[in-house]
Amino acid sequence: MKTISTVILFALAISLTSCGKQGGTSAADRTANALASYVAPGEKDEYYLFYSGGHSGQIFVAGIPSMRHIVTIPVYAPYPATGWGFDEESKKMMGGFEWGDVHHPALSQTDSKYDGRWLFANDNANNRIARIDLKDFKTHQILGPIPNSIGNHGSSFVTENTEYILCATRFSVPLPKGRVADPKDYPKEFNSMVSGIKVDPQTGEMKVGWQILTPPFDWDLGSTGKGPSSGWAFWTSYNSEMAHDLLEVNSTQKDRDYCAIVNWRAAEKAVADGKASMMDGVPILDPAKVPGVLYFVPIGKSPHGMDVDPSGKWIVAGGKLQPATTVLNFEKVQAAVSNKTFDGDFRGIPILKYEAVVEGEVPVGLGPLHTQYDGKGFAYTSMFIDSCIVKWKLPPWTDEEKKDLNKAVLDKVQTHFSTGHLVVAGSDTKNPYGKWLVAMNKLSAGRHINVGPSQPESSQLIDITGDKMKMVAESYTEPEPHFAQILKVSEINPNEILPKDENKDANAVWDKDATSVTRTGNKVLAKVLAIRSRFYPDRIDAQVGDELTVAVTNVEQTRDMIHGFGLIEHNINMVMDPGETKTFHIKLTKQGVFPFYCTNFCSALHQEMQGYLVVKPAGGASTGAAGGAP
Amino acid sequence: MQKWVANLLRREFKFLHKPLNASSRLFLLAAALFIAVSLFFPLWKMHLVAPQYSDGLDLFIFPYKIQGGGFNGQHLAEINNLNHYIGMKPLQQADFLEMIWMPFVFGFIILLLLRSIVFGAMSNVIDLFAIYTYFGLFSIGSFWYRLYQYGHNLDPKAPVHIQPFTPQLVGVKQIANFREFSYPQLGAYLLCVSVLLIVLAGWLSRKEQPA
Repeated sequence: MKTISTVILFALAISLTSCGKQGGTSAADRTANALASYVAPGEKDEYYLFYSGGHSGQIFVAGIPSMRHIVTIPVYAPYPATGWGFDEESKKMMGGFEWGDVHHPALSQTDSKYDGRWLFANDNANNRIARIDLKDFKTHQILGPIPNSIGNHGSSFVTENTEYILCATRFSVPLPKGRVADPKDYPKEFNSMVSGIKVDPQTGEMKVGWQILTPPFDWDLGSTGKGPSSGWAFWTSYNSEMAHDLLEVNSTQKDRDYCAIVNWRAAEKAVADGKASMMDGVPILDPAKVPGVLYFVPIGKSPHGMDVDPSGKWIVAGGKLQPATTVLNFEKVQAAVSNKTFDGDFRGIPILKYEAVVEGEVPVGLGPLHTQYDGKGFAYTSMFIDSCIVKWKLPPWTDEEKKDLNKAVLDKVQTHFSTGHLVVAGSDTKNPYGKWLVAMNKLSAGRHINVGPSQPESSQLIDITGDKMKMVAESYTEPEPHFAQILKVSEINPNEILPKDENKDANAVWDKDATSVTRTGNKVLAKVLAIRSRFYPDRIDAQVGDELTVAVTNVEQTRDMIHGFGLIEHNINMVMDPGETKTFHIKLTKQGVFPFYCTNFCSALHQEMQGYLVVKPAGGASTGAAGGAP
Repeated sequence: MQKWVANLLRREFKFLHKPLNASSRLFLLAAALFIAVSLFFPLWKMHLVAPQYSDGLDLFIFPYKIQGGGFNGQHLAEINNLNHYIGMKPLQQADFLEMIWMPFVFGFIILLLLRSIVFGAMSNVIDLFAIYTYFGLFSIGSFWYRLYQYGHNLDPKAPVHIQPFTPQLVGVKQIANFREFSYPQLGAYLLCVSVLLIVLAGWLSRKEQPA
């Protein structure tokens, strides 16, 4: 009896102890963590987190450390909340597509530091690149579909001074696009492509610069060089086997896959020297015929991320199917290139001798994907299979560490669950902010309140200021974050309105006397003004068969005084920010009286902000079947 | 009795004929400068704060213009836009006759000051003081009347009906969801100092003897 009560007391003691803990966190830690990520009402976050929305097609902006979602920047998919995809300008940018697959946002850089001008975002699905201007957090250009590029996944990686956005394709097809060949002839008929997208240094306007034709490997993630690796770029690949079916099996047979080491400055020069041939309007380099542009190095196994460290000397590939990251030494790469330390070639492209360029393989654990850096000599790798973040020491290693690289592995923190990408603030610059790491997890697997079968993705905020990493917060980031960029809030100062002088729309109207509805043949143009809490005019007359154009100007110049223009039963919702003019065209097909109204809550009399589109029957001045007024 | 009155008048007469010494004239010159400089600074500021406008909306009143605070003077348009809900007439510079005659009167006073410096008689200073004080009080009265008019001539068809009111001239007042703070600004202070300089100019020559 006494024994039993002792056991019960013991169990009670354990349960009491664990009461104060959750997931190994003491009550004091919980308080400290809560305070670390707490941003009180009215206070502001210290960093922006720009994270990709994957197949939602959008970019999302959250604050760090609060991890609160603050705003959505629509890019590739319609977003009625801001009217994106309904007005002519955004529809034209979207080019007839209604979704995209955004993977890797990249902030523009000058001298390998964020310059706060633009954010670029790739579309894996439709081979496009978008530019968001950080002056207004809006998408200003969508380039593509890029010719000769299929599966624009290995992008968008900006060069040190945003000369280029570099892209590599995940898929291979018979080129140019539109050519048909049997997938069985994959090695012979199919090709992949590396593209250099030229960025105008003043306007940010992008255009396709040149491309490098490659064997049909599936290029995966990459990054651009800096410092000693200035002018170079790096990608992993996962199908050196050149399999065309059942890739899960057939592309994972070799222990190593070829990674691409691209000298983009040499490529640029070769194109300028006329060494390219044209395909679908783009200068294309054949790397077998233009030596010095492309090298391969075999890295294990089906590697995923390939990240250059802030010094530009170390390049780390995540092993994915091997329990180690591979560290390349760029100085050794350069030596191997100049001494021609090759291990043969693949279709005329030199293969660098692995032993000559590798610094070491760090046994971080299972499923290493991506690596980020804090600028203090430490690397952080996401582990998909082990579901954790591993902190480890970059070279130079001590002799003892070299003997057993397990000793370079310093800390692990569990994530929930299966982290894909991770981001350390400023990791891809030469001066990372460090401080915070965000792990973007692929599975939440019921960790949240039960929301049924369509389950969200989680992101977790980890404090990396100490020797040991500390998870302080998690949030359910909009699906599906792939990669993200972190920018210090104080580095940009976006406009909160569009100043009247900067509105160049020919149909903008600023005074109610300038508003009009005019007819030319069957074309009706309405120039409408929106201000709290009215539209001028609030009646537009037209008839069935007319081509109606409505341009609405929000003449407010006060921040957050946003007006919408929703037209009943016509699939139209435009939202105009202060000072903005937006336009839609429709062909009127049904007669009737259709109210339009302000959709974006503006003022106490928002509900009253409305008008009518009167569509009379074709060819008649009659107001309806009954005719005549009472 | 008669003699007493006659003496007083003689003393008054003598006082008015006192010459102004160099210090007095210097003070008058300073007063003229202060008035000239005040033209370039706001006389008054009205600051309106509401929950949605936590940074506040500003209205600056200059001798020759009204100007809103914020980017491109946007606060004026914003205040007018808000006022339309209660049916208040929009504040437009063209409606303010004061903005034409005030700079003119400033110039006139400066001319009178220069005249006093040249003629150098106490009587000039007294004239100046009287005219200037009258002008100052009239302006403040006219400003108050403007405020009264704007707050009382409200459009009866306005969507929001509120009790007619007079915005605060000096101090703080709650008007619907707004808290109004109204205070004189640098221009007004410069003008006050110029009055003080004129009084001091007279004081400094009080013991001078008529020639």
